[in-house]
Amino acid sequence: MSVHDLTPITALGATTAQADTVADLTCTEVTDLALASVAARLGQEKNCASTLGKLLGAPPPDAGKATMGTPYTAVWMGPEQWMLGADFGTHEDIATGLKAELGDAASVTEQTDAWTGFDLTGDGIEPVMELLSNINLRTLAPGDAQRTTIHHLGCFVICGDPHAFVRILGPRASAGSLHHAIMTAMKSAL
Amino acid sequence: MTQKNRLSGGQIDRDTTLKFTFDGKEYEGHKGDTLASALLANNVRLMGRSFKYHRPRGPLTAGSEEPNAIVELRGGARQEPNTRATTAELFNGLMAKSQNRWPSLAFDAMAINDRFSNFLTAGFYYKTFMWPAAFWEKLYEPIIRKAAGLGSLSMKEDPDAYDKGFRHCDLLIIGAGPSGLMAALTAGRAGKEVILADEDFRMGGRLNSETLGIDNLAAADWAAQAVAELSTMNNVRLMPRTTVIGAFDHGIYGAVERISDHLHTPDAGKPRQILWRIYAPKTILCAGATERPIAFDNNDRPGIMLASAIRSYANRWAATPAQRIAVFTNNDDGHKTASDLHAKGIKIAAVVDTRPDAPLAENYEVLRGAQVIDSKGRLGLTFAEVKLADGTMRTLECGALGVSGGWNPNVHLTCHQRGRPAWNEALAAFVPGDTLPPGMTVAGAANGDMSTHGALTTGAAAARKALGLKGKAAKTPDAEDAPVTQTPFWYVEGCSRAWLDQQNDVTVKDVKLSHQEGFRSVEHLKRYTTLGMATDQGKTSNMGGLAIMAELAGKAIPEVGTTIFRPPYTPTAIGVMAGRMKGMEFHPTRLTPSHFWAKERGAVFVEVGNWLRAQWFPIEGETHWRESVDREVTATRNSVGVCDCTTLGKIDVQGTDAAAFLNKVYCNGFAKLAVGKTRYGLMLREDGIAMDDGTAGRLAEDHFVVTTTTANAAKVYQHLEFLRQCLFPDMDVQLISTTEAWAQYAVAGPNSRKLLQKIVDPEFDISNDAFPFMACGNITVCGGLRARLFRISFSGELAFEIAVPSRYGDALMRQLMKEGEEFDVTPYGTEALGVMRIEKGHAAGNELNGTTTANNLGMGRMVSKAKDSIGSKLSERPGLNEADALKQVGIKPLDPSKKITAGGHLMNADGPVDAKHDQGYVTSAAFSPSLDSMIGLGFLKNGAERLGEKMRLVSPVTDLTVEVEIVSAHFIDPEGERVRA
Repeated sequence: MSVHDLTPITALGATTAQADTVADLTCTEVTDLALASVAARLGQEKNCASTLGKLLGAPPPDAGKATMGTPYTAVWMGPEQWMLGADFGTHEDIATGLKAELGDAASVTEQTDAWTGFDLTGDGIEPVMELLSNINLRTLAPGDAQRTTIHHLGCFVICGDPHAFVRILGPRASAGSLHHAIMTAMKSAL
Repeated sequence: MTQKNRLSGGQIDRDTTLKFTFDGKEYEGHKGDTLASALLANNVRLMGRSFKYHRPRGPLTAGSEEPNAIVELRGGARQEPNTRATTAELFNGLMAKSQNRWPSLAFDAMAINDRFSNFLTAGFYYKTFMWPAAFWEKLYEPIIRKAAGLGSLSMKEDPDAYDKGFRHCDLLIIGAGPSGLMAALTAGRAGKEVILADEDFRMGGRLNSETLGIDNLAAADWAAQAVAELSTMNNVRLMPRTTVIGAFDHGIYGAVERISDHLHTPDAGKPRQILWRIYAPKTILCAGATERPIAFDNNDRPGIMLASAIRSYANRWAATPAQRIAVFTNNDDGHKTASDLHAKGIKIAAVVDTRPDAPLAENYEVLRGAQVIDSKGRLGLTFAEVKLADGTMRTLECGALGVSGGWNPNVHLTCHQRGRPAWNEALAAFVPGDTLPPGMTVAGAANGDMSTHGALTTGAAAARKALGLKGKAAKTPDAEDAPVTQTPFWYVEGCSRAWLDQQNDVTVKDVKLSHQEGFRSVEHLKRYTTLGMATDQGKTSNMGGLAIMAELAGKAIPEVGTTIFRPPYTPTAIGVMAGRMKGMEFHPTRLTPSHFWAKERGAVFVEVGNWLRAQWFPIEGETHWRESVDREVTATRNSVGVCDCTTLGKIDVQGTDAAAFLNKVYCNGFAKLAVGKTRYGLMLREDGIAMDDGTAGRLAEDHFVVTTTTANAAKVYQHLEFLRQCLFPDMDVQLISTTEAWAQYAVAGPNSRKLLQKIVDPEFDISNDAFPFMACGNITVCGGLRARLFRISFSGELAFEIAVPSRYGDALMRQLMKEGEEFDVTPYGTEALGVMRIEKGHAAGNELNGTTTANNLGMGRMVSKAKDSIGSKLSERPGLNEADALKQVGIKPLDPSKKITAGGHLMNADGPVDAKHDQGYVTSAAFSPSLDSMIGLGFLKNGAERLGEKMRLVSPVTDLTVEVEIVSAHFIDPEGERVRA
């Protein structure tokens, strides 16, 4: 971890993560997530999958799926492409670490600050999410991850428990707009 | 206050009394009432004035097909015009006003129009307001609009919120009448995901209006029992107050749910309405049928209503339009109305049945083979004139007349994807055709199954078939199954001012006139007469018009055909289509990493796509933006300035073939770019036109960072992905956008290195020797933070772009400002950025405008002949390389105080000013504080050979003519000494 003297701000512009509760549902800004994209090099798909399997403790997720491991989680992004996440506190330089593991088997790109995250926890996820995206939450199972559009923004929705926890990843620069959309939906639906 | 016409029974909550006003007068109703039912209960039949002739009108129907009882609801900013009183739920404090009348509803001065009806027939506007043409927009149209029957807008911002949402199901059922409820019960009991949507606030459809029984229960009670059972099923979602407005592609249906329309004001945070997009692989349309009227002279008086509507008001809402009512029918259904009204204690004046063999009744008189031919009454019906079977006349005293001409299946949604309905001879009506929206089936009255038993049976069967349910079907509840035959009787022979389309004031005579004047196609008929073009979309009128046109043309009705049914099924508020996308949230915004800091500094922001970029940073004492911009430019050129350029697209390109890939993408060479170096690159489209420009820095043998213009970031990324996936799938290349991952700042000016040396960690040498112009590399700053440094310059000064992870961008900017104090560091915005790039002669979006080539931009020699790249071959087309091709040049006014404007055209110093003599045009212009003059960039024919030539810059649009000199596009440091300092 670096020892520089620059103080980070959250995507919403504060020094601490924002949390809002409406009825029994809480929306919490995710600030402790380090992200990196991993794309298998041409002809290195098996090597990449094998290494990712060791890192994740499970095969890399298929289309529409996420793998929740420790320290890494992974979300399928496209053919032979995944987004890996880890705790920011311990893995701020996640890309360097992953590249060291994957070597020439994959291209790795830091994505930590390309995204912002919002966790929805509690009761009422379904009525809120159906105002936000066209994902059919009724058929979503734990470990599902879908790419969708929320408020015209390209997002990932990762399902921990369709009735208790989902994580929304959206573009960091539009965190304010995404937060507005989520809060409007929460007030509207709950 | 008494409710004089309130009956016993009904499905209203008499324990909850609601107060409301209509045209300022206070009334009372009950929970469960509509505005129309409550007004009728209060003996108010007159609810509006007609569109053209201002004739007094009352409700014709009891549902969403209503053409007449159109009112303004609420007040202030929530004032809503053109709302149907027949569907508006009553709430305490509801304020309603009639519209299209002056000074009052009872005495409307504009009713004078009715006296001139002979002149105001169909086509009147087309014939009368032809001349002079210039009068149309400023005189005729405003007057006509003012006189026409549209309500008024509050002209205030709608204070309510609207939303959008998405729902999925195995089966969508549209309409919760008998067939819809049976379909829902069948599918719901089978465990399928079901959505049952109904526009009414009480599910049950016609069952709520009938006295018939189902399984030994009153129809309404059976419906309530079915709804109660459905509401216990987790797999069934009941959506009352929800109108399915359209059937779209791929099993997607639009549905408007009225969340708060029945409330005085929406609850805090709640939307007024939600537009749902429902994804349904299977749909059953159970939209029922609409009763059709019979046209006769003066059939539009308040009190003349559809017979089924009067029955609904009596049975469901316990309201009656009058205490003495007659019925005019051509079928048995009209007799149901008479029978039910009689049971409620209403005096039946008579049932006038066109059929000679009509059934007789014990409790009231039936006039067989008779017709109502006219009506009387000033502001409402008092007498109906009846022509008896033997030709004699009889006057019936009555305050209301129920008219029943049979029923039309509601086929609208079956036609939303260009399907055509089919003619059913037995019903003399259109029923759904063979081509339905994929996945849709139709059941019940909407499909022509008019009996209750038929609706229940077909609803259940449709659900079983749609979902492929096996096993024995459940028993269909017992219900009436009377055979239904409908003998056409569209209008009374000899009538003239008999109203077909009551909302648009179209008469039988108008249809005849349309035919007479040659507008005989159904589409021409619609447009010439405006039949069916009002907010009710002709639900009660189209069939009558078609029938008359068919008769006049000597054709059968199906030969005349129907117009196309299009969404929305009922009028839909524009607000709900916008949803939450309004005001500042009309589209999402993108904030730069330094946004919050810039806001603190009082920056003025400009929208660049979704980005908000600082345009300039005014300081105390500055009163005009030019003062700020000039200061920012001068300060940067004299010392150092900082600009947030995060918005430029950044694409991470990795892979063993990354260099070879970029060599294909850019028209200039990239294969041999050294690690640690950056190169300017120009991308061409396939057709050889310039697409975008930027830089690509090589961070490793297999790793590049490509930058794009802000505007083209997404487009270039898409382009690269297309090339990677489709044209070069054998290349080992991986792409991902990192635009938002990195906060990137331009640090420009002669002191930029000195400033950065205070930020960049000391182990990184950024001297000119160690880090020359176009160098790039990974570094650390501020004690170890990973960063990237590029020595590139858009301003023409010694400059760098430094990037750190976005979360640190705010802190880095503050640090740069702090460390730069000794150099009077100045933040600059996009205006100063633009000025400096024009001074330097750098092309930007104005020059890369989709018509220009590398040759035009003076970069023709950059297009490498030594390799193949996208667009390089087609850039060699002769047409793009003519001797006098446009070339980018600089433009200066001879008089520095004169203005240069982008968009102006260049003309020779002498000669005509016209398109034929056009020499070129100006693309960018700015005031250059460095040159103390306006300057511009533009394209001039053979421009490279015309430097020093005096020309005229003309802009006929802004009446501008300026004498200019053609100069090099590089106004500042043409030798590039500064950038290499």
